[in-house]
Amino acid sequence: MDLMEYQAKQLFTAHGVPGLPGEVAVTADEARQIAERIGTPVVVKAQVKTGGRGKAGGVKLAATPEEAAEKAGAILGMDIKGHTVHRVLVTQATDIATEYYVSFLVDRANRTYLAMASAEGGMEIEQLAVERPEALARVPVDVLRGVDEQAARQIVEQAGFAAVASAVVVDRVVDVLVRLWQVFVEEDATLVEVNPLVRTPDDDVLAIDGKVTLDDNASFRHPAHEAFVDKSADDPLERAAKEKDLNYVKLDGEVGIIGNGAGLVMSTLDVVAYAGEEFGGVRPANFLDIGGGASAQVMANGLEIILSDPSVRSVFVNVFGGITACDAVANGIIAAIEMLKARGETIDKPLVVRLDGNNAREGRRILDETEHDVVELVDTMDEAARRVAELAAQGA
Amino acid sequence: MAIFLTDSSRVIVQGMTGSEGSKHTQRMITAGTTVVGGVTPGKAGQVVEFSGATVPVFGTVAEAVAETGADVSVVFVPPRFAKAAVVEAVDAQVPLVVVITEGIPVHDTAAFFAYAQQAGTTRVIGPNCPGLISPGASNAGIIPADITKPGRIGLVSKSGTLTYQMMYELRDIGFSTCVGIGGDPIVGTTHIDCLQAFSDDPDTDAIVMIGEIGGDAEERAAEYIAAHVSKPVVGYVAGFTAPEGKTMGHAGAIISGSAGTAQAKKEALEAVGVKVGKTPSETARLMRAIMLERG
Repeated sequence: MDLMEYQAKQLFTAHGVPGLPGEVAVTADEARQIAERIGTPVVVKAQVKTGGRGKAGGVKLAATPEEAAEKAGAILGMDIKGHTVHRVLVTQATDIATEYYVSFLVDRANRTYLAMASAEGGMEIEQLAVERPEALARVPVDVLRGVDEQAARQIVEQAGFAAVASAVVVDRVVDVLVRLWQVFVEEDATLVEVNPLVRTPDDDVLAIDGKVTLDDNASFRHPAHEAFVDKSADDPLERAAKEKDLNYVKLDGEVGIIGNGAGLVMSTLDVVAYAGEEFGGVRPANFLDIGGGASAQVMANGLEIILSDPSVRSVFVNVFGGITACDAVANGIIAAIEMLKARGETIDKPLVVRLDGNNAREGRRILDETEHDVVELVDTMDEAARRVAELAAQGA
Repeated sequence: MAIFLTDSSRVIVQGMTGSEGSKHTQRMITAGTTVVGGVTPGKAGQVVEFSGATVPVFGTVAEAVAETGADVSVVFVPPRFAKAAVVEAVDAQVPLVVVITEGIPVHDTAAFFAYAQQAGTTRVIGPNCPGLISPGASNAGIIPADITKPGRIGLVSKSGTLTYQMMYELRDIGFSTCVGIGGDPIVGTTHIDCLQAFSDDPDTDAIVMIGEIGGDAEERAAEYIAAHVSKPVVGYVAGFTAPEGKTMGHAGAIISGSAGTAQAKKEALEAVGVKVGKTPSETARLMRAIMLERG
């Protein structure tokens, strides 16, 4: 789960990472009140889970509470890379002498943790990493030992802070790193990033932005993280799917997709897109993984979401029976259709079903023999993709 | 022969008395796996009757190993106990630990992987994986045993259902070993580990590698293939149509910017001579042609 900046900063504060006072507002008037409370000038920052907020005009300086309200009014409701701004962070402004970069993350390639740090700010970090890789220290972290003061000092040393910062500042950066490490391990984060970490003219070292990704798998030991869960989604179908705990992502095509297993479903999207090239560029309308079990209930919930998508013209149910036998899947599909009919839904879009693997023949027989006018069985994944694309094109 | 798992493998199941553990222990036994014990704290001394085997339960992995000579452990314990279970298996010096459990916090996986690396005596496969099967010999995990027959193709994949799909497509030719390495951010055994093992295995003639978007494991595998693998490799990458920045189920399957795209992975593999199929079926056809050519 990616956190918004203000949520990341709540965790920073809890672990003693120095920052600036700030609060979240959902209206312009709230922004004014916060500015009055914490003192001006303030920075009004859009809270969305994407980068490039500043460039998009989502971060503004305000000299007075009135100006804070005005800026907040302009930023709230703004669209930044497809994310609607629903809240702003109003935070004290500070003068900046130098900008630094620090982060901890899971290093997939080396199957460990990585600390990254740079004493050079004022530049896009990705750009810095490419253009001047020597300016960004990448220091592997010993998983079993973690980051204590000594390890933090090594990271800061490798990043070349000693050459550009005073001993006092170096000590403060070391302290920030140790505290950010605590955020990383104690909160079960997979990413903790501060960009920029700033030095003020008074040599204070402050985290003025923050990005934290929490590990959803660890939620069982962090009941407090429940407060960060955002059940809202900009897309109404994604919102409905989230409420039913479906692993659904809305895409922009016309063919509804249901499958079992993330890899197989991703593959199904690709195969449909290839087949669609022949039929005027028909594309998948969504990703939906109903998991290994493929129960009737989950199948029904999934079908309901997909059939309610106005851009869907045909649906591809692509199941490989591994542990789950295909006869059970076939019964699940029939039960799902009946469940939807009982809910008063009309199923007016063709379903192309491909069943393979464990008990596939029996599964196909069940679907063949049951009274249904919407299901069409196709033997292979490639042929089924072709057929469902063709049906989508015909439905256009 | 095969890789990692053979007909002489002696398997214990951590979490055997749980519902998933007992269901899959039965399936493993039916598939011909030599299951010599189960481990459940507090249930030492019990026995579980399976169709085809009576399996003793031990309280610790160390006891199970001492009594049975087990050299493989399959872990089904729930996420919150998984780290302790793997650490226990490493302490008992079990050479191969297959972690099926889904939903383990990545910090726990990082810790048990680092612990296993430090000990140097245990290979970990997974977590969040279907395990591995050497068809006709042994099955450690949840891969359905009846999809395919024994043969001379090696298969390594992040994804469970794509593993099954590929086994099914090439079921008439058969496989030496199929390894589902799992899609979590940190996995104990990588594509490269499997490529290396298949490369060294005299009973594997060719290798299918299935990858997906996210990370750079496939790109690094391509470098490894160029330098070290002379056997033919056929690849498949899922996720060409996945949009940027959206998670597609697996923790591993997320792309950010141009890094980790399916296109980049396909190009990296093709650049080192790996044939890459556009669909699972086309990938199977490429492999079929290679195997037929070899006769």
